[in-house]
Amino acid sequence: MLTTESVQKIDREIAKYPAGQQRSAVMAALAIAQEELGWLPGEAIEFVANYLSMPPMAAYEVATFYNMYDLAPVGKYKLTVCTNLPCMLSGGVDAAEYLQRKLGIGFNETTPDGRFTLQEGECMGACGDAPVLLVNNRRMCCRMQPDEIDKLLEELE
Amino acid sequence: MAVLGAIKPILTVGWDGDAAWRLRDYVQRGGYRALKRIIEERIPAAQVIDEVKKSGLRGRGGAGFPTGLKWSFMPRDPGEKYIVCNTDEGEPGTFKDRDILRCNPHSVIEGMVIAGYAVGAARGYNYIHGEIWELYQRFEEALDEAREAGFVGRNILGSDFCFELNAHHGYGAYVCGEESGLLESIEGKKGQPRFKPPFPAAVGLYGKPTTINNTETFSAVPFVLNMGPEAYLEAGKPNNAGTKLFPVSGHVNRPGNYEVPLGTPFPVLLELAGGVRGGRKLKACIPGGSSAPVLPAEVIMDCTMDYDSIGKAGSMMGSGAVIVMDETTCMVRALERLSYFYHEESCGQCTPCREGTRWLYDIVHRIEHGAGRPEDLDLLGDLTKNIMGRTVCALGDAAAMPVQGFLRHFRDEFLYHIEKGKCLVAPEVQRAGSTFFSATV
Repeated sequence: MLTTESVQKIDREIAKYPAGQQRSAVMAALAIAQEELGWLPGEAIEFVANYLSMPPMAAYEVATFYNMYDLAPVGKYKLTVCTNLPCMLSGGVDAAEYLQRKLGIGFNETTPDGRFTLQEGECMGACGDAPVLLVNNRRMCCRMQPDEIDKLLEELE
Repeated sequence: MAVLGAIKPILTVGWDGDAAWRLRDYVQRGGYRALKRIIEERIPAAQVIDEVKKSGLRGRGGAGFPTGLKWSFMPRDPGEKYIVCNTDEGEPGTFKDRDILRCNPHSVIEGMVIAGYAVGAARGYNYIHGEIWELYQRFEEALDEAREAGFVGRNILGSDFCFELNAHHGYGAYVCGEESGLLESIEGKKGQPRFKPPFPAAVGLYGKPTTINNTETFSAVPFVLNMGPEAYLEAGKPNNAGTKLFPVSGHVNRPGNYEVPLGTPFPVLLELAGGVRGGRKLKACIPGGSSAPVLPAEVIMDCTMDYDSIGKAGSMMGSGAVIVMDETTCMVRALERLSYFYHEESCGQCTPCREGTRWLYDIVHRIEHGAGRPEDLDLLGDLTKNIMGRTVCALGDAAAMPVQGFLRHFRDEFLYHIEKGKCLVAPEVQRAGSTFFSATV
């Protein structure tokens, strides 16, 4: 289901916890699976659960509880914009609207070419750098004024 | 630049340059000196706890509970125990721990190792907000450096003290910032908070005694021990020891982190952050993260930044996150966005919170969108009373307190919305406040 490289990464996560507590690695393992596959199909969740000797339903609960897991396919680049109050005061909502106009999509939609998915995010703990957006859960982009957003979209081909 | 200004700083000294977070830089700044002294002089664990107690250090995550006292709740007898650091920083307005991990991760590591020594724990985890992935990776790199140098792992600095430390990442759940939700999350479950008591010091991670503190708290520990508890205490004011990082966001000219002694007047902090954006008039301020009741300008301008002054003014210092709102802010819209957040992040475990946060959002939403009813304000008040104190964790209270604060101080604005079906502050004025298009228009 997953590449040897991903499985090795999961093994490194398991090693962080006491013997018998491998289930603690489920969040990391699901994140690793999503990084490889682009999203989390049911088989991937089941694979992770079996690998960690936990019930598949328990792994599914985790995958649905935390909002950075994608249970349906997303575009090549998932952009998550924070629109919470502190960001809103500094252009977070404007940045999200600007992205919607530029990409021609609303929240939780993907551009027809499959490049971009846009999501509304909750507090990322970076309010002083608003507007803030996250690319594919990994790269945080700060102080995203219109020209910065234009540059980013060009870069993410 | 992470930290934009400070008055008599302690935690942020030397946070300059891209390599400040590296072990070598930290050691040059006096890092790991406290740990070395403890190991070399074989200082008894009880004495370490005593020094932290005497310093008056209080938890920097929000509750302000005395740190040394918390450590002393751990059972003395040997056995499996844990140290956990809460870097699940997702309370709107709060972004201080992010900069601590960015600029000084080793101070957190040293603080956690010392805590492990003090309470007799051999393992620790730092739970890091999933959204700050780059800093989760940085923390792991810092851990590698510390392990290699013998500050973490087996037989620390040649002694028989062993302490394994690892990082665990979150993946998008505000409620995991609640300590027992966080412990559930480390155990590989949904982050739904536990009933308390028992408190983590009795039944914590994997059911074992656990000390859990905020990132800034652990980061302060080495400094407390190096400068001595009395000096740390005196750096602040009575009952409000030391300095604190204040993340300032919203309508200021220079949003960012500022380290100032507790007891610093709010106007001084506001001035450090460059004053209100564009020289406009201050309208209100949320002084301690989004859960803290909002205070109008005339009240906050008379406050000093400490637990007592802000508490007396009817709010709380919480995480120290200061959200500044100027005259371009529509208070109904501001509350609508916060209420949406709590509705979205309620874990669903307790009915008053799960259903109540939905109601709060729905009602504030209809007021904001011109469909408010005359009875809505009383209904909101009733709802908050039926949520508060009736849930397993504090998220219910955290959702209700902002509603109460906004209604207490800005009731007229809500009434205007209900009567006229529109904002007191025109949409174009609100838009101008965000400055998003000022660069291009």
